[in-house]
Amino acid sequence: MIDQIVQGVLLGGYYALVACGLSFMYGVMRIINLAHGSLAVLSAFLVWYITEQLKVSPFLAMLVVVPIMAAGGWILQRAVLDRSLRSGPLTPLLSTFGIAIIIDNLLFERFGADTRSLAPDIGDLSYRSWTLPGGVTVGQLGLLTLGAAVVLIVGLQLFLKYTPLGRAIRATAEDRDTAELMGINSRAVYAAAAAIALGSVAVAGTFLGMRSTFDPYAGGAQLIFAFEAVVIGGTGSLWGTLFGAIALGVAQNLGAQVNPQGFLIAGHLLFFVVLAIRFFAAGRFSSGWIKALRRAPA
Amino acid sequence: MSVLRVEALDARHGLLKAVRSVSFTVSQGEILALVGANGAGKTTLLRTIAGAHKASAGTIVFDDVDVTDVPANKRTRAGIALVPEGRCLFNGMTVEENLLVAGRTGRAGPWNYKTVLDAFPMLQPLAQRKGGDLSGGQQQATAIGRALMTNPRLLLIDELSLGLSPVAVNAVYESLQTVIASGATIVLVEQDLSRVLRVATRIACMLEGRIVLEGRTADVDKEQITEAYFGLRRGATLEVEA
Repeated sequence: MIDQIVQGVLLGGYYALVACGLSFMYGVMRIINLAHGSLAVLSAFLVWYITEQLKVSPFLAMLVVVPIMAAGGWILQRAVLDRSLRSGPLTPLLSTFGIAIIIDNLLFERFGADTRSLAPDIGDLSYRSWTLPGGVTVGQLGLLTLGAAVVLIVGLQLFLKYTPLGRAIRATAEDRDTAELMGINSRAVYAAAAAIALGSVAVAGTFLGMRSTFDPYAGGAQLIFAFEAVVIGGTGSLWGTLFGAIALGVAQNLGAQVNPQGFLIAGHLLFFVVLAIRFFAAGRFSSGWIKALRRAPA
Repeated sequence: MSVLRVEALDARHGLLKAVRSVSFTVSQGEILALVGANGAGKTTLLRTIAGAHKASAGTIVFDDVDVTDVPANKRTRAGIALVPEGRCLFNGMTVEENLLVAGRTGRAGPWNYKTVLDAFPMLQPLAQRKGGDLSGGQQQATAIGRALMTNPRLLLIDELSLGLSPVAVNAVYESLQTVIASGATIVLVEQDLSRVLRVATRIACMLEGRIVLEGRTADVDKEQITEAYFGLRRGATLEVEA
């Protein structure tokens, strides 16, 4: 049982890494990026391609892919999302859905349907583990993934709190019109936020490639897990996203103990229950503990 | 020398024309008070000058540059700052963060985090308090301080005393004297006529989107303003050269 919870926490670290960019983008721009999973898979392919071509470590390739994806995020925001935001909340949803389809099919066109993995490129890191007393095993890659998620989230929080651009992002997220009146170019701030979100997607894509296999159509599952983590933890809250991701990972691992199909069902069930509580709590059934669950952790 | 020149300005809310062919100028160091009943168009006029609302006709010239189609953030960086009605603080951010976020414009001038806190002593112990946790007077002081952080050439203040207790209004006006003494050019929307006549150098009264009375505060009395305010002087605009 304890081992399953530990494995769930480590899995949650990966979900947090994937969900971080989704949460950030929603928190700042109120855009639900349906292309998020596909962008993570695109990043995984880019890292894989560089690793294969240049025979370098995936971690080194990631350092190249992060700025490429960040630049892509900037362009995506200025060229597509910024325009679609002006047409109401549904248009960005449709735009990102379309982008996801384009990415998936371009990847399929270029790389075919074969599954790929970065695991062979990281040596025994993919299966090395420590065994703790009580038979609890802690995979080194899983721990590294959780560590990367925590570093990313803490880093983003510090960036938002202490840097001028971070404060501008928070101000714009809170009230775009007033931010403009304070001399903040909200379009540039949104583009910077999209760049940061896609930079974090590149990190998530790298870890996706290292911990499992991926193919051009693997983005959908990544999006669903990321979305569930964000909703469970409270939309737009980075710490909430970490909490939600870990809760999702633990639920899935415990569900798998009950039934092999329980892995996915338990995760979806937790998502559904939290969503239902939030839904009912928005009405007149708001009692103390429900309100506590409704609130996103700060 | 005029800092702001507004010529035949119109602004709409859908089909409603909220500002109708408004023209006026504001000179360097002048404090122009805009008065008028609710719905007279004062807030829309200020927001249009600041770039938060689109002008449907007319021109806004700031420092001899036509800024009518310039976005709000560029106008702020050019030197126009608005303290919006209702303060509109970033409630999730501390007082310090609210001030610092506006200090990114990079405009040189006398105002920085320290000088703003010196001008508004009530904010000094509140620097780490969230905007949403402040009283109305503290919020108004923060909102004015935040606008000053942009080092404006023209400060637009909308409904300075709205929703504030008399004590808070006194405290804010006391701090505003420091701003006025620094030679700031201000357009102030205010409902308190007695205070307006003490603080402002010029006054303009709006009615149904038009300026129906304009002149130096020394040349108009409360009765004239009251008549204009309620539309009793309609069509009899008093123009007094500054």
